[in-house]
Amino acid sequence: MELDSLYQEVILDHYKSPKHKGLSEQKDIQVHHNNPSCGDEVTLNLLMSGQIVKEISWDGIGCSISMASASVMSELLIGKSYQEAIKILDAFVELMQSKGQSVGDENLLEDGVAFAGVSKFPARIKCALLGWMAFKDASAQVMA
Amino acid sequence: MSVDLSKYKKDFPILHRKVRGDNPLIYLDNGATSQKPESVIAAESNFYRTINSAVHRGAHLLAEEASQAYESARENLANFIGAKTDEVIFTKSATESLNMIAYSLGNPDSKFNVSAGDEIVVSEMEHHANLIPWQQLAKRSGAKLRWFSITKDGRIDTSNIDTLINKKTKVVAITHQSNVFGTIVPLTEITKAAHAVGAVVVLDACQSAPHFAVDVKKLDVDFLAFSGHKALGPTGVGILWGRTELLEKLEPALFGGSMVDSVSMEGATWAKAPRKFEAGVPNMAQAVGLSAAIDYLNMVGMEKIAGHEADLTKQLLDGISKISGVDVIGPLDMKDRGGVVSFTVDGVHPHDVGQVLDQYGIAVRTGHHCAWPLMRKLNLVGTTRASFHLYNDSSDITALLAAIEQVKIYFKVGK
Ligand SMILES: Cc1ncc(COP(=O)(O)O)c(C=O)c1O
Repeated sequence: MELDSLYQEVILDHYKSPKHKGLSEQKDIQVHHNNPSCGDEVTLNLLMSGQIVKEISWDGIGCSISMASASVMSELLIGKSYQEAIKILDAFVELMQSKGQSVGDENLLEDGVAFAGVSKFPARIKCALLGWMAFKDASAQVMA
Repeated sequence: MSVDLSKYKKDFPILHRKVRGDNPLIYLDNGATSQKPESVIAAESNFYRTINSAVHRGAHLLAEEASQAYESARENLANFIGAKTDEVIFTKSATESLNMIAYSLGNPDSKFNVSAGDEIVVSEMEHHANLIPWQQLAKRSGAKLRWFSITKDGRIDTSNIDTLINKKTKVVAITHQSNVFGTIVPLTEITKAAHAVGAVVVLDACQSAPHFAVDVKKLDVDFLAFSGHKALGPTGVGILWGRTELLEKLEPALFGGSMVDSVSMEGATWAKAPRKFEAGVPNMAQAVGLSAAIDYLNMVGMEKIAGHEADLTKQLLDGISKISGVDVIGPLDMKDRGGVVSFTVDGVHPHDVGQVLDQYGIAVRTGHHCAWPLMRKLNLVGTTRASFHLYNDSSDITALLAAIEQVKIYFKVGK
């Protein structure tokens, strides 16, 4: 079923047991992003240590795609340098814009490639990007 | 009583489409917009093919014919809602109608207006289109916005109506039927209270006029708005109806060609309603298309449509009550309720519910339904909403119920 390309097992797993969900005490910045067309919301705390992404924690309400994506994003980016994190983020955004034509670079995106199928469902791309855009916003502000 | 409207489905070309593989389209998103019968599509395109020209301008034959078609559309719409022809104003949509009336009422030059110290009453279950224009009017004028609360089962709580509607109240703007719950509001009680203190009642009939007979005189409201596209008509055309005595007192909100009596370099005076409120070349082909939609609704019969939708609603409510972990948001009984059913599936976000249903060719609405404050109040992220029109049938409900079971299996929730 076409649906299985959207709801990969990995996504459903992250949705059921999200990683780094629950806002941490320590942070350099907190950002809040929402998707007004469907009401999904993410609040994200970011703590940098120099160039390194020390900690990402988040909380939110939303669909399986948006919540799982925030979970995968935090898993993937914690411990990376700012530069690497942005490189991964750009690769994820590109995957989302691929209209189902790309499978994604597994070396770079790891569990993130599970979202490749989302790119075939235009209405869901914003869901998948919600947490990532919150990170982009937060990190840009801290690094500015 | 069971109503059989099955012979009409063939009139709607889009319903012959196959979607997501080989599934017939099951369109249950009529609260958002309705599908169009062939006669409406033909009426709109025939306008362009045969009589297209700017109405009320020009001395040529086409202008004459177009004006005639446009004005008879107005007459048809007026009959549809029990109004006088000159009280019917064509707008672009219900949203525009509601904004226009809020602007006109906020103009200090209007002989009936809202100003500092006055109060405007809405309800917690308004669509954003019947909330934000009033918030903005309150902000501009210094008036106070107040609202009816909602009971747990999605009805308007009128227990404090005597204090809520008081001598400061100038406007009560209320939905006729909730686009989230399907509840029909107790209008008589509200219009009586409003009129007793000299306030006007603005009715958002977006979810009512397309589905059951609406008569502005019987309802005893003062203004009414709805969109053509939810009533089998084209997009880009809506209705604003107002009582003559009130329309005469109001300043227009939009200015330009066709709405004037005379103009000098220093100023202008206005034509009489409805022209006063129709600045610029109007959406003529769309008005003519909407008139064809009204003909279609009249041909089927509003009583029959309402009866048919009630049958479907009951079937869906009964069906959902037998599925564990699936809850109807809104009234569970059929009293004062139209063909809109919102529900939630435990453990599955509405967006995901909608996605699975879509895989079976079932189109529903998911999310906050442009009623964000209401969702907050109910502590919900959103709902999944099925809403009907005359071309839906009992097999659509059966398919929906089966697909809801599949949602639970897919997301491994409940048993
Ligand atoms: C109750 C209600 N009011 C107002 C509107 C706004 O209608 P439109 O977007 O056609 O202007 C809608 C449409 O969703 C509605 O359901």
